[in-house]
Amino acid sequence: MRRPLLIPLLGALLLITALVSWSLGRYPLSGGEIMHCLARSLSHDSSVASLHDALVANILMDIRLPRIMAAILIGSALSVSGAVFQSMFINPLVSPGLLGVLAGASFGACVAMIFAQNWFVVQLGAFSCGLLAVFAAVGLSSLHRGDRLLMLILGGIISGALFTALLSGVKYLADPYEQLPAIVYWLMGGLSSVDRATVGAVSAPIIVGLVLILSLANYLNVLSMGDEEARSLGVNVTLLRGVFIVVATVISALTVVMGGIIGWVGLLTPHIARMIVGPDNRILLPASALIGATYLLMADDVARLLFRVEIPIGLLTSLIGIPFFALILARTRGGWN
Amino acid sequence: MSLIDVTHLSYGYSHQPVLKDVSLSVAKGEIVSLLGPNGSGKTTLLKHILGLLTPHEGGVSLEGTPISDMAPRALARRMAYVPQIHRLSFGYRVLDVVLMGRLPHKPFFSRFRTEDTRVAIDALERLSISHLKDRPYTEISGGERQLILIARALAQGADIFIMDEPVTGLDYGNQIRLLSRISDLAHSGYTFIKTTHFPDHALWVSDRVVMLKAGEIIADGPTEAVMTSDRLYGLYETDVDVLTVKGGARICMPAVFFKGGGMGRRCGIPSPATGG
Repeated sequence: MRRPLLIPLLGALLLITALVSWSLGRYPLSGGEIMHCLARSLSHDSSVASLHDALVANILMDIRLPRIMAAILIGSALSVSGAVFQSMFINPLVSPGLLGVLAGASFGACVAMIFAQNWFVVQLGAFSCGLLAVFAAVGLSSLHRGDRLLMLILGGIISGALFTALLSGVKYLADPYEQLPAIVYWLMGGLSSVDRATVGAVSAPIIVGLVLILSLANYLNVLSMGDEEARSLGVNVTLLRGVFIVVATVISALTVVMGGIIGWVGLLTPHIARMIVGPDNRILLPASALIGATYLLMADDVARLLFRVEIPIGLLTSLIGIPFFALILARTRGGWN
Repeated sequence: MSLIDVTHLSYGYSHQPVLKDVSLSVAKGEIVSLLGPNGSGKTTLLKHILGLLTPHEGGVSLEGTPISDMAPRALARRMAYVPQIHRLSFGYRVLDVVLMGRLPHKPFFSRFRTEDTRVAIDALERLSISHLKDRPYTEISGGERQLILIARALAQGADIFIMDEPVTGLDYGNQIRLLSRISDLAHSGYTFIKTTHFPDHALWVSDRVVMLKAGEIIADGPTEAVMTSDRLYGLYETDVDVLTVKGGARICMPAVFFKGGGMGRRCGIPSPATGG
């Protein structure tokens, strides 16, 4: 199949998945009811809504829509971050958490959960500590001369380990009856607490970040040829690598703000996308975004519908991701000479 | 006026200098071969000419303009780096690899234009390898990869090609074919500065030979004049006869494998007892 056709196809798949997810739920809604509700909200019908209409509108617009948006944003942001890191570090085992952003965000959120029982403070803690961990990794990497990429990976390992250890300390200090369970559940990831305000606040920076990364895809291709080659082509390697790291970190930290820690999406999706469209980042990045969004949307549907109790989505993505990843690695060996 | 001037360039730390007061001028259309043992500073010199390293003293200029004053994109439009075959890379389409050469020509955020694709295909056609354009870069032979990187340098619009051991990893036939391409391109006005570990290759295609030892230039001049048995001994500390064969061509022959020849000097690697 011609590669340019794949992107609209994947886009259509995402759209269909989103529409189906919109109608699925504990309270199933037909397509007609969705259309009716949409028509009412679009025409700004000021007549008094029936109780049923109000309920449908509430479910669709206030409960399901933010959740669907969150799944799409998180899935695409994690997948694109993962693809960026895999291409930049020329390493198939790299995920968005490489430089410590997820460990830092976990720590920040949990500290906030203990010292301030305020959801906004938790989100702020997750975001700021995620960034802090990556700054620590980059700072550590610049202490030593040598291969920049290797030093960054080592810096990320140290920073990630530090924040994971700090997180253990926080868990130990947490009240085991009230706070500890909340922390543990939050770390498994979940979209049930997503609200319109949060999605509204983080969607703009995530979308801007994704557009920026996608528009620089050409340069990501060149960066994966090696520093000196890229520089000899007139590319400012230090600046571009910095931009990629900062943007990938910010959008990853924002996913944590919405849904906690959702593992394996950022590692797995780029591999699936690479199998379908090849390694060229100009197509790989949009394909990863669309596949990741569709995948997380489906995973969230399963998480909220499979059992009477909601399954933490991070647990689900890990359980699906790990065997799938083993399978994919066995098939794509050749792609990584 | 010379095209490239390296003037009094020094690099490295006082206790461990990599390049010491290196001066060199290259004229348009020349093929210059840098010869020297491992660790003599050949690659470091190439990186300075490309502007990838900042010299501690001295500098490099292109047509009289110091390259440190030139924008990286402007420099990239004049000078191209043809690296050794990659160890690890993604299987990008060959055409996309060549298109990377158009990066210094396109506006920062824009996509490649049809004109860029045309230039890239022209470059492939010039080297008679346009049939490879849709193949993954990782699935073609080493010789073809090296040609793809030269095509990228052509697409880059550069007239100066900097090559670091271009024949490394190529089989004998591909080495010869690559060197003859280089020779052809030099005749149409391109300038080549390349390092090599094979004195014979310098005899085949170079106009100039520069010998580098422990960071210093010990010989610089026309190939015929510089490539003597004495100088090669000074460079590699091993006996090599430079012989003239029928038709006037010259070849290098290591004395240790050539019992009838030799110049009465020690054969092979000098023993520590007799010094080097």
